[in-house]
Amino acid sequence: MKNWFKTGSPWVWLSAGGVTVSLISVLGLLWLIASRGLSYFWPAQIHQFNMVDEFGKNSVVIGEIYERERIPVEQLSHMNLSLKSGQETVERFLVKTGNRELVSLDFRWLLGTEITSTSLPEDVVVVERRTHGNFYGFIDELILDGKSVDVSRLPELIERVTDFQEEIEELQKVDIGAINYQLERLRLKERRYELEDKLTAERKAEIDQETTKYQQQYAELEKNLLALRKEVARDQLVMRAMDGQIVTVNFEHILKVTFNNQLGFFSKLGVFFEQLSSFIVDDPREANTEGGVFPAIFGTVLMVLLMTVIVSPFGVVAAIYLHEYAGKNAFTKLLRIAVINLAGVPSIVYGVFGLGFFVYMVGGSLDQIFYPETLPSPTFGTPGVLWSAITLAILTLPVVIVSTEEGLSRIPASMRHGSLALGATKAETLWRIILPIASPAIMTGIILAIARAAGEVAPLMLVGVVKMAPTLPLDGNFPFLHLDRKFMHLGFHIYDVGFQSPNVEAARPLVYATALLLVTIIVALNMSAVSIRNKLREKYKALEH
Amino acid sequence: MTIASKAVDPRQLKNKLAQYLITLGGISVLFTLVLIFLYLLYVIKPIFESAHIEEIQAIEVSTSDKVLMSGLDELKEVAYQLTEKGEIVFYQLSDSVFRDTGSILLNQKVAENKLTLAVDGNRGIKVVADVEGQVKAFSPKFVASYLVKGRDISPKITFPLGEEAIMVDEQGVALQKLAFAMDDEKAIFIGFTEDKRLIKTTLVAEDDFSYDPAYEAIYQEIDFSAKKVNEVLISPDLSIAFVRSNNQIAIFDMTDEYSVDLKTTITAQRPSQNYTSMALLSGGSSILIGDSNGQVSQWFEVATPQGRQFKEVRTFAVSEFEAVSHIYTEQFRKSFYTMTKSGEMGVFYTTSEADLWRGEISESLPKTFAIAPRADGLLINDGSQLKLFSVENEHPEVTWGALWQEVWYEGYPEPDYIWQSTSGSDDFEAKFSLVPISFGTIKAALYAMLFAVPIALSAAIYTAYFMPSSLRKKVKPTIELMEALPTVILGFLAGLWLAPIIENYLPGVFMLLVFLPLMTFVIAFAWHNLPKKIKSALPESWAPVILIPFILFAGYAAFALSPVIETAFFGGDIRQYITNEMGINFDQRNALVVGIAMGFAVIPTIFSMAEDAIFSVPKHLTSGSLALGATPWQTLIKVVLLTASPGIFSAVMMGLGRAVGETMIVLMATGNTPIVDWSIFQGMRTLAANIAVEMPESEVGSSHYRILFLAAFVLFVFTFVFNTLAEFVRQRLREKYSSL
Repeated sequence: MKNWFKTGSPWVWLSAGGVTVSLISVLGLLWLIASRGLSYFWPAQIHQFNMVDEFGKNSVVIGEIYERERIPVEQLSHMNLSLKSGQETVERFLVKTGNRELVSLDFRWLLGTEITSTSLPEDVVVVERRTHGNFYGFIDELILDGKSVDVSRLPELIERVTDFQEEIEELQKVDIGAINYQLERLRLKERRYELEDKLTAERKAEIDQETTKYQQQYAELEKNLLALRKEVARDQLVMRAMDGQIVTVNFEHILKVTFNNQLGFFSKLGVFFEQLSSFIVDDPREANTEGGVFPAIFGTVLMVLLMTVIVSPFGVVAAIYLHEYAGKNAFTKLLRIAVINLAGVPSIVYGVFGLGFFVYMVGGSLDQIFYPETLPSPTFGTPGVLWSAITLAILTLPVVIVSTEEGLSRIPASMRHGSLALGATKAETLWRIILPIASPAIMTGIILAIARAAGEVAPLMLVGVVKMAPTLPLDGNFPFLHLDRKFMHLGFHIYDVGFQSPNVEAARPLVYATALLLVTIIVALNMSAVSIRNKLREKYKALEH
Repeated sequence: MTIASKAVDPRQLKNKLAQYLITLGGISVLFTLVLIFLYLLYVIKPIFESAHIEEIQAIEVSTSDKVLMSGLDELKEVAYQLTEKGEIVFYQLSDSVFRDTGSILLNQKVAENKLTLAVDGNRGIKVVADVEGQVKAFSPKFVASYLVKGRDISPKITFPLGEEAIMVDEQGVALQKLAFAMDDEKAIFIGFTEDKRLIKTTLVAEDDFSYDPAYEAIYQEIDFSAKKVNEVLISPDLSIAFVRSNNQIAIFDMTDEYSVDLKTTITAQRPSQNYTSMALLSGGSSILIGDSNGQVSQWFEVATPQGRQFKEVRTFAVSEFEAVSHIYTEQFRKSFYTMTKSGEMGVFYTTSEADLWRGEISESLPKTFAIAPRADGLLINDGSQLKLFSVENEHPEVTWGALWQEVWYEGYPEPDYIWQSTSGSDDFEAKFSLVPISFGTIKAALYAMLFAVPIALSAAIYTAYFMPSSLRKKVKPTIELMEALPTVILGFLAGLWLAPIIENYLPGVFMLLVFLPLMTFVIAFAWHNLPKKIKSALPESWAPVILIPFILFAGYAAFALSPVIETAFFGGDIRQYITNEMGINFDQRNALVVGIAMGFAVIPTIFSMAEDAIFSVPKHLTSGSLALGATPWQTLIKVVLLTASPGIFSAVMMGLGRAVGETMIVLMATGNTPIVDWSIFQGMRTLAANIAVEMPESEVGSSHYRILFLAAFVLFVFTFVFNTLAEFVRQRLREKYSSL
């Protein structure tokens, strides 16, 4: 034993333990996010629990099991439990019961000891609704325009309502949105003339005329909208809840009705993919705790693209300078230290800088010069997608520089010498020889920068991200790309829904799903960057020999 | 070969152009860093500047009557003064397109008889008393109208308690001294009559003073024996009255409507100290007392074992030679101005103990002295002129001492480090101590390092030195992948997943500390005793893989045993045990959670750099050591680690830099309470999280906003030092390796 210790072998194993713990934690973390995130989309079994509480009262609870855990008996000592002797722990279930109009909380804890029997009723349905969350219960009656009809017509009626709802949404968002936008523009135009003292009677009449035109259009659209709304509200579904109460659910609120317990594996798979795709393409509902994350995906992608456009040229040029032009002097050393520091400065400091410098100083000045008509409400002098992109561009600059420089340093000197010897200037060598060869390295840098930017939240909280953006920064109204608008972001969505929402318990699965989405994007980006880099290294190695 | 022509070759031109552009691009990186540094400094600078006071306007207002009071509007455009004849005159103070500077806007009589007294009440109300003891309360109002040509301000006078004169003394005796304060329900006068009685008169609103001045008067006489009263003050919440008679200040409790009780008396105690003036600080909970030694002392109520008592909290040396003849306080901030007989003025701020300005603004004690409502100007009457001074004093509450030293805040039992930047009420004393949040930053970073350094370094050592390269190629990118994980996800998992688990399985978490190393040793020993054949099939270099199932099992065992241990040793509920038996507060989101979560974020940083440093130790060094008979472990300790130690140091520095600046994890995994406590079961608030929480709500340009910039600057400098040091060490190491 003593000799064994002398060889140092136990310490080697201990350090191996460090590797093991790191590996387990990385993979465990990914597994945790993946399993929790994916289970959000998988249609759950709806259980019916028959319960007897400590006073002998019977009740029925219907819902999905969210979590189960074992707790020591002592923590429940204040309750009058019927326990088997020697039993030290009790199982406890967290059940989602929905039906927010009947009970105040849509989650509740059930104690294993109080459950007398559990079953999976075939005819229980989950009604997914636009407001008030899910409803769990049994269908009592289907009412079509005031008359009771057979339940088998349910899918047909839901499809009808869904079509109408889509029409309404189109009308509200696109058509009416455009008119509102135009009206606002006219108002600003008038104000601008006023400020410049150029508001002649002629111009005023012109503007007024246009305004009336839009207002007429608006009235017409509103009429259509009302008609559609009436159509949507035609039918009702009468439901029986777990405690026998009858609740009428109006069709205008219904998104989907599923018989979860009747689904086979493949139909469950179908529902799974359906839910997954609607998560990606739908707008959020219920203060972000339900529905999809489309605006957040859109905002993230747009912001990251803008950032890429800004950071790539600067990063590449700086890397070229460092590697090809800079001499071996103190200034270059200083520059390298600057790059390292840019990479090491906490991201929140960039946020503070972005807010103070870009938003208030640069944006405030832009407003004074170009948008005096909207003042005092700011246009660029408030956080927005442009400032976020610029701030993150500074943040990711070192990523691009380091990666590009690494690529440049791997290009054999013989290639440069060859080109120069043939009479090309340094710029031509760079443009024709070096950059094309280094382009995969540049790509790697940009991809890593994108991955970093997509996951960064802290600075964005200061320079442009919001929990709920009414309009996307890109739409059909001229000039189409609205750089001054605020946007939603996947990372911030996780923080906001997970920590700021009123019903954290209900929102948690959605947060896991969002986290999974974000992790998938970032891990995929990183892996592709790493694989491009590895391929590149091998190519260079081949070039050298 | 041709000889290059003299004409400019477009190719060469392009070449030159490219060179300049690229150089510019390279320099822009340095420029960006410098810009960030300078911009942060630019925002921070004003908070450390002292006040500037400058005369900007003077208008002739000479009158033979005695001037009792003056004042001005919020925008410093209109000034007024009140003479003993009861006339209030409004003057145009600054340039206006509508009238000349100095012209009279309004001249109104507020009282018929000759006035003896004019005092300021709360809510901008002025109170005057005449020779017959009749009192009137009025309030100068300024209405701004925005016209095409510009802004016009017109003054008017309102009477919040009606235009009728109020008889403050039931017996109708004239008043020597008077104080006034009111709220919506009642107005209180405290007066000292010519026949030496101290009286309290309460006007109880029949409905509500904000829209109906009708009232009913209640008269009381206060038990008071002194024959002279110098000053009377009422706190704005109508609960306390201060009466100074020479060197004694009697403090009366007025919370009981029917009797006014003497609460305590403050008496001058220092040698040759005579009280000469007093004033209430904004908010009304502190009293400032000026004395003949040229000192001002601040007193407020402090909780002591004997109940709440008035205590002298701090003193300001205002003048070296003269007594403090007047103290004037600002309406919304804790600033005060002092004035001596010879016109020597001082500007101070209580909380920060800031000595902001000293100098003379007039040759003798001015007749009247008024502070502009926004505290950005002063108006004095020096006998013939109304003089307006601009006061630049934006951030008096911030001094180096207020940020980093213990400060005795109003109502606190002792000096303390406190961060509390905002509150619901107007007269709130902002508490800007950076100590709790800096402490929180260090605490979070240290707990994270405590967790991360052992794991990261041992993993780095094994991966770089013992692992076969085929395995290393897979393991290294996997661990480095963690660096790419957004911290918002780590924070979310820490706050919502890990924190409840740790809370429920606390004994299990601590058992892990024992179980994991123990299990590793057991497996190592078992492997050591395996037959050679199996050993060669399962070489030691695969140890991390061999260990995976056993470590998982040890982890499972620790958690499975957790409830058992909890029942056996901690009475079934360890949280209760910690709180009740050990007397330690337990937060669900505590330093342990942050340490683990942020540790995970830091592990890849340290691992990756330390691994590089160890891996690039020249092979001939290790070969030499091994050839001389050292075991691999001895070689590692004596040769490899020693050589790579600067690299490892720089890896740890980088990790620390990252932990210090990390925002999202601390934001989500701690309760964000700014407390100074090392306990592992309590949360903290860090500089970065504090910025993220408070920046969106802070008013641009305010002291709070600038202090948050200062916090960012502190972070910037902190990480700058760590990173530069780490980079410097690394560059040295690289040179050393290349020479070996």
